[in-house]
Amino acid sequence: MSETNGQSGGQSGNGAAGKTALAALVAGSKEVKTRALQEMETYKQPEKTDLWKSVLRVKHDETPRSRALGVLSNVFLHLHPAKINRDAVAYNYTWGMGGISFYIYVVLVFTGALLMFYYHPSKVVAFRDILYLEHDVPFGKLLRNMHRWAAHLMVITVELHMFRVYLTGSYKKPREFNWAVGVILLVLTLLLSFTGYLLADDQLGFWAVTVGTNMARATPMLGHDGPFGSMFGMTPFNDVRFALLGGSIVDSNALLRAYIWHCVAIPIIASTFMVVHFWRIRKDGGISGPAPMMLESEIKPLRKP
Amino acid sequence: MAVVVGSFGINFLMFLRFFFPRVLFEPKTKFKIGFPSDFGFGVDTKFQNAHRIWVVRNTEGIFVISAICTHLGCTPDWKPSEHKFKCPCHGSGYDSEGVNFEGPAPRPMDRAHVEVDADGQIIVDLSKSYRWPKGEPSQFGEDGAIVRV
Repeated sequence: MSETNGQSGGQSGNGAAGKTALAALVAGSKEVKTRALQEMETYKQPEKTDLWKSVLRVKHDETPRSRALGVLSNVFLHLHPAKINRDAVAYNYTWGMGGISFYIYVVLVFTGALLMFYYHPSKVVAFRDILYLEHDVPFGKLLRNMHRWAAHLMVITVELHMFRVYLTGSYKKPREFNWAVGVILLVLTLLLSFTGYLLADDQLGFWAVTVGTNMARATPMLGHDGPFGSMFGMTPFNDVRFALLGGSIVDSNALLRAYIWHCVAIPIIASTFMVVHFWRIRKDGGISGPAPMMLESEIKPLRKP
Repeated sequence: MAVVVGSFGINFLMFLRFFFPRVLFEPKTKFKIGFPSDFGFGVDTKFQNAHRIWVVRNTEGIFVISAICTHLGCTPDWKPSEHKFKCPCHGSGYDSEGVNFEGPAPRPMDRAHVEVDADGQIIVDLSKSYRWPKGEPSQFGEDGAIVRV
């Protein structure tokens, strides 16, 4: 039989059907083999496979564009500028206190979250939980002390940062708004310290909240013992002290409220203001430092056209 | 626009009201402390831990001092040897009847309402207090401020 059809699979007749299928099988298996060989090649270079690239990072070329993109396209790093003035990292100028404060804040959040695994904000057990943490939890004492030290250090570094900003005049135009944001952050830092102090429900904490909220009762117009308080109908059961304590006495409601303020509300508010604070640094012209200068050796000669 | 502002305002008001609970579980403010014959002259600290009060007896009668320093609310200590109250927080000093004489306290410690019930027992009511604000007449002589025995 002469085959009039020139195509490889297009043969007519029953007897040819089997041959078509076989040819197709052969062709298909050849393709599979080629692909298998290709795939085996990739095992020598796994980082080139799609599977690898879908999960893990890959090396890019060392071009300036790539290096800039490495910062700009990263969610954690892109709050920073891609490039900074070389003198901005002169620590004798900035002291790095802002960054250190932020680092300590991260330490506090992390140690604080770990402490929460062993603490119940209940008058019945709060004090006992702290004792338990110190004696019966491995590294519990260390963790609690780290949290406490970090809290003290954060207040110190925040104040040093404020001092440095003042000394370098970095509150002047165009940075006045950022200074105001910084002051708010300072107040929030101190409030975090205060509310955290109360959570141990020991003598220090209990009387601290007693004294602090009794100061609040003397607030003008909002406190029942303050000027114009009675004029606005303030009593020990509806004034600002009541709102802070969740009652008229320092009891379980007060402890729970301090816990929420300390662990949830104020950190969220502080984080928001921190984002604004860091953003403003960039927008106002970068971390403040001496005027940028170039060394003579860095000045490239003009190219002749 | 007005809807947005209005709803925001209402939500904010609800947010503020949320912080004032309607029901509180606080200790009873009215309780009995025994018979007048149970108390001798001077300061009795028997109920200081349970109710935060001192029971004081003088020639005039029996009255109850609320053990809250009028400066910022700590509990002063009764010092029998020095015959005075001394607050450990900021050093306010009060004489044996609770009248301030040194330190940052602005006025004498408040006194609770006292009365004798049908059995003859003294009932203390902490919800009613008698004060002597600075520069104003004293309420300590009023009928509910002292049990005359």
